[in-house]
Amino acid sequence: MKIKPSVGDKIFNIFNVTLMLIICFLTLYPVWYIIVYSFNEGKDAMLGGIYFWPRKFTLDNYKTVFSNSDITTAFMVTVARTVITTTLHVFFTAMVAYAFLRKELMGRKIYMAMGTITLFFGGGLIPYFLLIKSLGLYNTFWVYVIPGMFNFYNLIIFQAFFRELPIELEESAKIDGANDFIIFTRIILPLSTPVLATIALFVGVYNWNDYFMGVIFINNPKLQPIQTFLYKVIAQTTSNQMLAYAPGGIATRNVTSQSLKMATMVITTLPIVCVYPFLQKYFVKGLLIGAIKG
Amino acid sequence: MESAISPNVQHGRQSGFRRFLHKLNEQKYLQAMAIPGVIWMIIFNYIPMYGIIIAFKEYDITLGFNKSPWVGLANFKEFFADERFWLIIKNTVGISFFKLLVGFPLPILFAVLLNELVSVRFKRTVQTISYLPHFISWVVLGGILMNWLSETGLINIILTKIGILKQPIAFLAEPKYFWGITVVSEVWKELGWNAIIYLAAIAGIDPELYEAATVDGAGRFTKMFKITIPCISGTIAIMFILAVSGLMNSNFDQIFVLRNPLNADASDVIDIYVYRMGIEAFRFSYATAIGLFKSIIALILLLTANGVTKKLTDKSLF
Repeated sequence: MKIKPSVGDKIFNIFNVTLMLIICFLTLYPVWYIIVYSFNEGKDAMLGGIYFWPRKFTLDNYKTVFSNSDITTAFMVTVARTVITTTLHVFFTAMVAYAFLRKELMGRKIYMAMGTITLFFGGGLIPYFLLIKSLGLYNTFWVYVIPGMFNFYNLIIFQAFFRELPIELEESAKIDGANDFIIFTRIILPLSTPVLATIALFVGVYNWNDYFMGVIFINNPKLQPIQTFLYKVIAQTTSNQMLAYAPGGIATRNVTSQSLKMATMVITTLPIVCVYPFLQKYFVKGLLIGAIKG
Repeated sequence: MESAISPNVQHGRQSGFRRFLHKLNEQKYLQAMAIPGVIWMIIFNYIPMYGIIIAFKEYDITLGFNKSPWVGLANFKEFFADERFWLIIKNTVGISFFKLLVGFPLPILFAVLLNELVSVRFKRTVQTISYLPHFISWVVLGGILMNWLSETGLINIILTKIGILKQPIAFLAEPKYFWGITVVSEVWKELGWNAIIYLAAIAGIDPELYEAATVDGAGRFTKMFKITIPCISGTIAIMFILAVSGLMNSNFDQIFVLRNPLNADASDVIDIYVYRMGIEAFRFSYATAIGLFKSIIALILLLTANGVTKKLTDKSLF
């Protein structure tokens, strides 16, 4: 049944669309601003007045950033960390989630209770810091990987999904002589793409965007992720360490520390911005499972 | 007598133990999949919980958790007497309160208005765009904010051009603007993301309700307020419990990036103070005590919020 929109409806529609367009603009503009700035000559950008389009277009900022070995190393550390930790996290947490879900598992109630407590109470920063130090993970790449392999909240999301899978599949595989691990890897995992993608996105984004572990657990600049590098450059406003690497010296190029920051920000953010729209349908679902059953 | 009973008992015990072993053997793969998770939790969740005992000790790194001498509640007493104690509580609760006040209703409003868009394609586009900031790190966002809020930054240029400001202000150097900056930037970052849950709840509403209301002559606003909002009130209640229980968390990542010595009077929240005392000043016991204080308050808040919401709306987390 269609009812002709009234005048009030029309006014509301116009108002609503306008409001949404304003929100979109406010959301996109800061990102657009960094992009524009990063493609503009640094010294020229300092004069101000660049809002929507680069005035003096140049690739110098990017050339300088990519010729800085600290940034490229940090970028590679971030890629390695994100890929390795995300893969292990998804596999390991899903495996434990599946095992914890099986009714016949002895100790199941205790295991689940142990996990639930961790959702509401934790040791806090300092005991955690001391633990990492005493485990010998301080200043090693593994500090990104091993502590990041598991999360009980994600376990609950996995379980909510696994519960919906038809149990007959497991039973028939068991009759065929498959053990639990084979059932998990050959039957459960292939059927769970949506939830695997969701958790992979969450964990991946966390690992990509995290700078704090690099701040407190890493001393060696060769092991710091790009966000930590960026944090140090941004927080220490006087730092000119990026410029020091500019090939041919600062004088010959028109880059500034500001324009280099902008280019680094674009490089840091681009991979995730390219990925998330394609994973949208997954994370919307995943977030719901998490919120309802959590 | 004893000899008459004990073999029986022993037999019973043994067979119980045997049954246990048998069962364990039967599910050895399953246990092998479960136990690494338990070990991980013991190491990375439970050892730090045990480590909290140093809040009651004077932690000496050479002696470790166990051998460091006990000092009772001295660390807590020191914190309550700390000249920054009230300032820190004020900042923690104040920032969270304003984030709750502004940041909680806006995503609901956004979801409701988004739902009213006629064009499905436009709705999808707006939604996708609104998620974007969630995926940008606080480091990058902090970088943009520092640039824009500086004396030569975009905000000052605009404000002086339209005549609101006569002199440019270094916003991040003044404590009085700090809370506002954290609230606005967080809303900007999470508006779309936080709306997901409400959008889904709205999508789950039975369309017949709207049809019936239309037949009864209900207008758009009547439907919005009499159907949409009541139907998602359960979701709103749950999200509210979570938000209130997080009152002692003032988004560490954000404040850590935006803070500087000049705005410390407004940016020192509990989490930041724990970091400053523990990681920067190496006062491990003192910082742990502050952290424990926070955890306990947070737990009380969670239980209270849960209880109150349960009474008022019949909806609760547990």
